[in-house]
Amino acid sequence: MPAQPKLEPALTAPHKLAYTYKRSLGPVLSRFFTALRDKKILGVRRSDGSVMVPPKEYDPDTSEALTELVPVADSGVVTSWAWVHEPRAKQPLTRPFAYALIRLDGADTKLLHVVDAGRESAMKTGMRVRARWAEQPSGAITDIQAFVPVA
Amino acid sequence: MSEAKEPVELLRTPVELAYTYSAGQSASRFLRGIAVGKLLGQKCPVDGRVYFPSRGSCPQHGMPFTGETLELTDKGTLVTYAIVRVPSENIPLELPYISAQVLLDGADTVLMHLLKAKLEDVHMGMRVKATWRPRSEWTTSVGNILYFEATGEPDALYESYKEHI
Repeated sequence: MPAQPKLEPALTAPHKLAYTYKRSLGPVLSRFFTALRDKKILGVRRSDGSVMVPPKEYDPDTSEALTELVPVADSGVVTSWAWVHEPRAKQPLTRPFAYALIRLDGADTKLLHVVDAGRESAMKTGMRVRARWAEQPSGAITDIQAFVPVA
Repeated sequence: MSEAKEPVELLRTPVELAYTYSAGQSASRFLRGIAVGKLLGQKCPVDGRVYFPSRGSCPQHGMPFTGETLELTDKGTLVTYAIVRVPSENIPLELPYISAQVLLDGADTVLMHLLKAKLEDVHMGMRVKATWRPRSEWTTSVGNILYFEATGEPDALYESYKEHI
């Protein structure tokens, strides 16, 4: 084997990859996001009567088109959660928070969102939470800034 | 409450990934060379083919190269090219410009770079030479070469570059 050459540190450089995507929402999610702008949450009703939030255009089991949007409450129950100790720059809150699955009252599925509970010990599966709305909603999921514990 | 009446039909979902790119040993050596105006290639220990820029090992034989480099000239042959009519960032030429594959003399791999030429003049086999930025602007970047330009020499023989098309 030849002698190993003396190594200098490898050069590095910042490299930013960015895509400015816009997506078309389609008829069902368009109504969901339009309702968020009015501080309302809509689900979609399936043929068995259950309600999915967020709504989907097609039934995940039967593939039938779904069109009946129904309002659900902006409060519900945390069914699962994970605490974020050190939020990153693009995450929804700048202080520690929980990502949580929340079953809203009137819904049969769970919505992934954020719980602003202040500290991890305030989080509990089964706890009740309520949406804290943005002052100027724009038709985005961030119109719900976070869910907060209901005392 | 929002005053907007139009339904929300579009959602902005930008994606941004901030990397720190590491060039690794081999490309770092190449970039440190070009920072002082040297074009460094490496030779395969098995068949002697010259890789430029080198990736540190031979893709054909899987052999790691030694640290040894050889310096190439900044002259070569235009192997193939594309005329670009869509703008992108950091290109020092006006549209339409020519994206070029240049086989430097003494190299066995092509370098992708830019060619400054009239569209009606560009053709395969054209002899070209690097036009460098002013030395004061050199960095560890292949952009130290602004673009290639025709030398006016007679065209290279097709046989000399056909395997690189």
